[in-house]
Amino acid sequence: MSESMLKRVDLIFGEYSDIKYKVLSDTLIRPNEDILKDILDSGLRGRGGAGFPTAMKWKLTADTPGNEKYVVCNADEGEPGTFKDKEILTRVPRKVFSGMAICGKVIGARKGYLYLRGEYRFLVPVLNKELEQFHEFARELGSDFKIEICLGSGAYICGEESALFESMEGNRGEPRNKPPFPTTSGFLKKPTVINNVETFVNVLMIMRLGADQYKKLGTSDSRGSKVFSVSGDTPIPGIYELELGMPLDRFVDEFGDGDTKAVQVGGASGFCVPRKKFKDTVIGFEGVPTGGSMMIFNSSRSMYNVLHNYLEFFEEESCGQCTPCRVGCQQLLKGIVAVKKGDKKIEYLDQLMKLSESMKITAKCGLGQSVAIHSLPLSITSRKR
Amino acid sequence: MTTYDYLIHDLVEKHGRERTSLIPILQGVVEVKNYISDLDMTEIAKELDISAAQVFGTATFYSFLDTQPRGKYVIRVCKTITCDMHGKKTILQALEDMLKIKIGETTPNKKFTLLETNCLGWCHEGPAMLINEKPFSGLTSEKVHDIISEYMHK
Repeated sequence: MSESMLKRVDLIFGEYSDIKYKVLSDTLIRPNEDILKDILDSGLRGRGGAGFPTAMKWKLTADTPGNEKYVVCNADEGEPGTFKDKEILTRVPRKVFSGMAICGKVIGARKGYLYLRGEYRFLVPVLNKELEQFHEFARELGSDFKIEICLGSGAYICGEESALFESMEGNRGEPRNKPPFPTTSGFLKKPTVINNVETFVNVLMIMRLGADQYKKLGTSDSRGSKVFSVSGDTPIPGIYELELGMPLDRFVDEFGDGDTKAVQVGGASGFCVPRKKFKDTVIGFEGVPTGGSMMIFNSSRSMYNVLHNYLEFFEEESCGQCTPCRVGCQQLLKGIVAVKKGDKKIEYLDQLMKLSESMKITAKCGLGQSVAIHSLPLSITSRKR
Repeated sequence: MTTYDYLIHDLVEKHGRERTSLIPILQGVVEVKNYISDLDMTEIAKELDISAAQVFGTATFYSFLDTQPRGKYVIRVCKTITCDMHGKKTILQALEDMLKIKIGETTPNKKFTLLETNCLGWCHEGPAMLINEKPFSGLTSEKVHDIISEYMHK
């Protein structure tokens, strides 16, 4: 391809060190302050999509008093268009476990959990085998850190951290009020660090490379690389590790099929970027953030159908706990169907837009707050055209 | 006493009586019986010393914790956007034709249940489906035919 090709990075999926668990054993003998300083200097922000600074999360949890703390790895990857965590756990599980063990050391936790979505149950036997080796190795290093797999059962909302804790505790996966935040009250109301699968791997890579080397990747607001899940109308769907901070038009040049109409960045709850904005959109925390989902639509796709599909998704996956989200999702879906069928005039979309604006302010968690709001304007423009 | 009473007893022995054991126990019941009956829920409630309403609340929240009778093989076809764009309809049609049931139904011999589900995480290789925990991606009508024929003989 041309010289404008986006730079490929081989950090997350790069080979393991020659000596087994080398980076982990080197890190476990370092002082906690040094480890935290490296993560802070690296500028690492959470890879689940929200982008909270990882070092701050760990420090807050470490500073919370208590001798019972937990490390939780969020592998409840349910956002439509995202499949990177499955790939990471298949190809480099050891890196994930090592990252969790480093976190355990820093915050003073002896127990870690990998919350794996039920759809990925087929991974459990392989992961348990890898865990056996991990535990054996940890023992040799004098660490008593243990990791257990917690299996989800098909609920998208459990990717929300507090809903995930509820699920781990045997309850309905309904998000909690915040504050308190997990750093003070997480799993079993104990101080907990919960991070995305990819974040733990990034920590390990920072330990291996050093903060300075790691910082060379990405931009000042978005350090490091990111694993992207590319799907939709593309000749080359799959997993790609790219630098953060890339312009969307270059991404489309490389991954689109030449007729790209829009890109849904960050899954159904993310942002839908129409063609005319490709040039001005940067993928990263300074622009449009993403947990990695990049769904490409070409001009043969009706954005109405896309939106309809998203709304069906949210209407089913809303936990039903708060009224704005429960009723809002139902009404948005009903509304879009009515407009599609011609029962309601096109102007009705403005009202739906207002509804999703209200949901943004009033819904309890990220699900209700982000429903369709970023896709609606596009459907209006495409309909009017 | 039926054999299923031992199932719950065994699962409780294995996972413990804590509230955190509830979902693993429920998952264990589904794995063996394909669904959780009302009686199972009361039994689990007794064992864990919580109200049956709490067990019911948790069980009905999760789409993989079936509380309706299901076949031995539960087929879940992904209906989320990229699988939908890449031919989910054809796949569903092929399954319905072969199994002679509609979405949500179970074959009379209790072998297959056909369901739709949300994103399975195979968007790059859609359309995709799960049969129990096993994923199948890059589906075509022919592929579906081969897979189901194999399961029919299991």
